[in-house]
Amino acid sequence: MDKPVVAECSALHHDYGSTPALAGIDLTLHGGRVTALLGPNGAGKTTLIHLLLGILSVQRGKIGLFGDLEPGSASAQRRIGIMLQASGVQDNLTVSELLTLFASFYPEPDSQIGLLDELDLVDLADRRFDRLSGGQKQRVLFALAVVGRPDWLILDEPTTGLDPAARRILWRAIEARRRAGVSILLCTHFMDEAQKLADHVVVLDRGRILEQGTPDAIRRRVPSDRILARTALPPEKLRTLPAVQAVHAGEDRTEILSRRGIDTVRALLAADESLEDLEVAGADLETAFLALTDSAQSEQEAA
Amino acid sequence: MNAANPSIQLIRAQWLNLLRTPAYTLPTLLFPVMFYVFFGLLMLRGQSLWLLCTFATFGVMGAALFSFGVSIATERAQGWLLLLRASPAPVSAVIAGKAFGALLFAIVIVVMMAALAAAFGEVRLETKQWLGLAGVLTVGALPFCLMGLALGLWLSPNAAPAVLNLVYLPMGFLSGLWIPSTMFPGWLQTVAEWLPPYHLAALALDITGAKTADWGHSLAVLGAFGLVFAVMTALGWRRLAGVS
Repeated sequence: MDKPVVAECSALHHDYGSTPALAGIDLTLHGGRVTALLGPNGAGKTTLIHLLLGILSVQRGKIGLFGDLEPGSASAQRRIGIMLQASGVQDNLTVSELLTLFASFYPEPDSQIGLLDELDLVDLADRRFDRLSGGQKQRVLFALAVVGRPDWLILDEPTTGLDPAARRILWRAIEARRRAGVSILLCTHFMDEAQKLADHVVVLDRGRILEQGTPDAIRRRVPSDRILARTALPPEKLRTLPAVQAVHAGEDRTEILSRRGIDTVRALLAADESLEDLEVAGADLETAFLALTDSAQSEQEAA
Repeated sequence: MNAANPSIQLIRAQWLNLLRTPAYTLPTLLFPVMFYVFFGLLMLRGQSLWLLCTFATFGVMGAALFSFGVSIATERAQGWLLLLRASPAPVSAVIAGKAFGALLFAIVIVVMMAALAAAFGEVRLETKQWLGLAGVLTVGALPFCLMGLALGLWLSPNAAPAVLNLVYLPMGFLSGLWIPSTMFPGWLQTVAEWLPPYHLAALALDITGAKTADWGHSLAVLGAFGLVFAVMTALGWRRLAGVS
């Protein structure tokens, strides 16, 4: 049975002047799970998050939070924890002062000592925010998001700029919240992060939802093979090979997404005698994501 | 249950921010006082009382404009305001914290200048005149707080200090705060009478007995000025929320 709904958007549109950012979003976010919101830059992810938080006013369409609460209402805000990509803090306050400040906004905040310990911030409690490293700042911003013990956590690119160790600390903290029943909306550019943490994935592009489902379902829905090779053929030539969906030229090898890998590989071998380092794999979430967004772009260009 | 009051915590955070930014606090407090020492105490000693009123007006106006204008523009750009608006923070406490800060600066500036005027400028006033001067200048800073707030909501953090200086310095000069407007040519005196700092200074001059003022007219000009920037503030706030 589905858990209670934390957010329901219907026919949501948003424009910046004459530029559309969201073009009719119908989305239901169920509680108790991690939903990853994926999309290329400019897909409308941040606009959607700002609308859910009430930072932007709804122009057309409808959003209901936790049933019938308005985005931005005090009742909704007290149940949501946020870590925004574009947010900063008053950076001459110490970690401890910031936590005390944010704890005061919520009726039953979490223990600050426990949070500092969980996020490896104990030794930094009295340090000013502007004297922290990038990774330490991200962990403090996460602590501010969860100090109010929210029912719903909205994380906009929480691990951008973090080293692997710091990413693992945040992943553990996110998983701990999920186990405790907190609903999480995770906006990320890291497909491994979405694959690891998400129960449900929503792919957004040009203000529309392209696909949504479990990470495995998204992967299976895109019948792509991923071919990696060092080739002398230029991308425009590669795109003419059978079943090719997309070509991404990397620094070392070129990545080719194909609907039928075997057909593409045969043609590739025939066309390029100098082919090296060939590798063929099934689609992972990143491959599926690229195939979905590339095919949406091709359809738009064709139209 | 959480016992900490969020408004008090936010106001405290604003004040800690001020205390830890001496590069802002010291010039804001000392710049007008330094001007008063040069002009009012060293160069034009016979005008010490007049210039106390006008330079104190200049000081409180600067504290109000810059406390709001630069900090709101900076906090908007760094995402602090965004985070507060998205969380259950009482955002009105951010404004209240800055207003208290500006008013505290206003009082400190007036007290420092008054002490210098009494000690070195031979300015003698009755207690109720000293208190009246401090009171009118402190309350009179509010329309300038609104102007700073409105400009902070509309300007980028890079543009804010430049634009505020462009408003602050010429408006101060043209209002007769540096040189008495009676020394201006006639047409410039007419310009001065349309400017709000002229009217705040007129009230200060009246309280100290240096010159009589039309209180109704001056209060009306200051009120209208405050109202214009209250509307601009409301529009700026709506713009943040993407309401066209």
